Amino acid sequence: MGLKSNLHNLKEKYKGTKYAPAFNALHTFLYLPNETTHNGTHIKAADDLKRTMNTVIMAMVPCLIFGMFNAGYQHFSALGTPVEFLSWDAFYIGLIKVLPLLIVSYGVGLGIEFLFAIIKKHEVEEGYLVTGMLVPLIVPIDIPLWMLAVAVAFGVVIGKEVFGGTGMNILNPALTIRAFLFFAYPTWMSGDKVWVHGAVERSQEIAAGANVDAISGETILGSLAQGHEIHYSISDMFFGFIPGSVGETSTFLILLGGLFLIFTKIGSWRIMLSSVLGALVMGLIFNGVASSGWIAESSKFYALMNTEFWHHLLIGGFAFGTVYMATDPVTASQTNKGKWIYGFLIGFLSIMIRVFNPAYPEGVMLAILLMNVFAPTIDHYVVQANVKKRMKRLKVKTA
Amino acid sequence: MSNDIKITKGLDIKLEGEAEKALESAVISNTCTIRPEDFHGVIPKLVARVGDKVKAGGSVFYDKSNESVQFVSPVSGEIVDILRGEKRKILAIKIQADKTQVYQENEKINVQSANAETIKSLLLASGCWPFIKQRPYDVIANPQKSPKAIFVSGYNSAPLAADYDFVLQGKEAELQAAVTALGKLTEGKVHVSVKQGGSSPLSGLSGVTMHQVSGPHPVGNVGTQINKIDPVNKGETVWTINPQDLVIIGELLLTGKFNAERIVALVGSSVQKPRYFKTKIGSEVATMIYDNGVEQNGNYRVISGNVLSGKQVKPDGNLDYYSNLITVIPEGDDYELFGWNKPVFNKVSTTRAMTFSWLNPNKKYNLNTNTNGEHRAFVLTGNYEEVFPLDIYPMQILKSCMYNDLDEMEALGMYEVAPEDFALTEFVCVSKQPHQEIIRRGLDVMIKEIG
Repeated sequence: MGLKSNLHNLKEKYKGTKYAPAFNALHTFLYLPNETTHNGTHIKAADDLKRTMNTVIMAMVPCLIFGMFNAGYQHFSALGTPVEFLSWDAFYIGLIKVLPLLIVSYGVGLGIEFLFAIIKKHEVEEGYLVTGMLVPLIVPIDIPLWMLAVAVAFGVVIGKEVFGGTGMNILNPALTIRAFLFFAYPTWMSGDKVWVHGAVERSQEIAAGANVDAISGETILGSLAQGHEIHYSISDMFFGFIPGSVGETSTFLILLGGLFLIFTKIGSWRIMLSSVLGALVMGLIFNGVASSGWIAESSKFYALMNTEFWHHLLIGGFAFGTVYMATDPVTASQTNKGKWIYGFLIGFLSIMIRVFNPAYPEGVMLAILLMNVFAPTIDHYVVQANVKKRMKRLKVKTA
Repeated sequence: MSNDIKITKGLDIKLEGEAEKALESAVISNTCTIRPEDFHGVIPKLVARVGDKVKAGGSVFYDKSNESVQFVSPVSGEIVDILRGEKRKILAIKIQADKTQVYQENEKINVQSANAETIKSLLLASGCWPFIKQRPYDVIANPQKSPKAIFVSGYNSAPLAADYDFVLQGKEAELQAAVTALGKLTEGKVHVSVKQGGSSPLSGLSGVTMHQVSGPHPVGNVGTQINKIDPVNKGETVWTINPQDLVIIGELLLTGKFNAERIVALVGSSVQKPRYFKTKIGSEVATMIYDNGVEQNGNYRVISGNVLSGKQVKPDGNLDYYSNLITVIPEGDDYELFGWNKPVFNKVSTTRAMTFSWLNPNKKYNLNTNTNGEHRAFVLTGNYEEVFPLDIYPMQILKSCMYNDLDEMEALGMYEVAPEDFALTEFVCVSKQPHQEIIRRGLDVMIKEIG
């Protein structure tokens, strides 16, 4: 193999130089390295971090492709000239809008990762491979690329590298990026104009005096918060033919992705299941509040509270956040018991924030970020229980 | 309370090259090598010099910090070389074996009537003491401390392990003498475990508490059994002894001779005809691995011990003091195109991330020494717990060792563990962290700081 030996020679040549991490990142992308075990176990299991991350990415690819079709489909539907969902026209719009998001996300993020690896003289870790895929899926389609680039740089540096890189961060980097966008550029991240391609442009035209119809790109949650009528069926919501962030709309594909992650044992079923349970419980509580008449129908919270409890699983970013972001092993609880608590609270808080946040009716992002912060605390108490058991054993002995 | 131990967490790694139950006498090794590094934490003080003649069972060095613990020569012969490393640290003591073996005669004692002091001083003087290890810290037992219990695991569940049922055959008398004697050194019990449904020579022993164990590896690890039977608390000590070393202790008690003979299994996928050998501690592995074994100058690794916790030795190296297994597997020093994302059928994995070992749980694998990926920070969680049966949080204790937080290490259960308990978590680790080394370093810090 010419390539194999040439690359090996290059690796030897770069060894010890500051570009070694960058070269190795590319080299190991092509070839599983020739590293052997030393002391300790002489054999090792087949999985490494690249394989793990790759599995998560594979689980997201269907959402990405669906998101591309949906971008075009929503665009033409809003224009009043609907096209078939699985049509080239729909896909073309998605491709030219989503692909740049993906390229900017990976380009900027990996660029910074390589830079840090070279400066700090460690290997390029694979954490960003998943983050880079998540980011385009959780932003509105028309987000300007420079904003995304700024946010990615912020998220990678402040969200991850300052803590020591992959494995050390406290907050989920993808959500840090999204939170940055949300607080820095709120007009591009919320409201009824950003979720469908062309809506912003059209409203600017109208403002400039053009005589055209406005495009409404309201999400279902937005409509509920504004007390508007919903004209999407449950099946539309489930399969994802609704406006929203690029990859979050299809609960069906997310469900498949989640099942795939559980089957491959990469994603934590404990977190996913408990999060769904938490959301259902909160939804039921709100339903109870609404049906027992504790809240006036005129209240701005009424429509969201009165939403059938299980519909919450289908709308907004709940499913996506639960499956792909709450399960991030670095920022989630690390103990199995802790995962149950952590997941449940994410679901519970997601729906609570969603209902009580009329300005921006979505709570998954904030719920996960909040629980990221509390995950170490949860783990602390779970581990302390084990420590206490050990102490008690000692006391029984000495007493 | 049932005496049986059944675990569900763990992993049996099925490998090619299991030893056939056929016993051969190995060619008698010309030289015998003792490596002080086999005895972790011991600083050797030599009593013999190059050129001295020693008998089999004659003292070669003792432990500087515990002068009563003698280390003896497995063979009679002449000390031909003492290899030293940095700061004149003793690396190896080479003994040229005599044609006819002469044994050091120790006093014979009556095991039934002897008291604890007599037994202890005999074991210390005769060189049998190093076979007794202690928890905490997984080092040679401190003779000043009396253990709360003694554990012997008669079931080795590690990959390709020598079958104790086979190697202990016909040694019932020695085993009985050894456990009776050791039983007098503890106020607690002697716990002996055997494989459920097996026919172990150990199961006929009297004066011990017998446990039937079943489940995947590491059920046979003595650490797992201690954790399930009587975990070590702060301030307590337990002793552990391998059954094949019980045979040597038993023979010494019965005959007064230190007979370092041991049945060793030669296993692994690189071995043509895996089988058992009768040989001696410290023998050159070359006396066993070539005949119907491995090719000369092939690309393989010789391990004294099992693939999870054994030591790499050179083909001209020697069997270490405690192991009864020589494993030879192929080296994995080659690249694999897209090895990180293509479907994998020929390697073991606990996940199903395009790895398909779950399809065929009984398949035997030919694994090599490739790490299958590079060293990374801890990322994935929950996968260690699946193969770790102890009531301890593995990732948390590893991290506490990495940042040397003694209070946390103690609270999380460091007194209970040995490096080998973390062999499986190291095997499945996605981040390829050296768990056993981390634990060993953590234990060493504790010995130094707490004692």
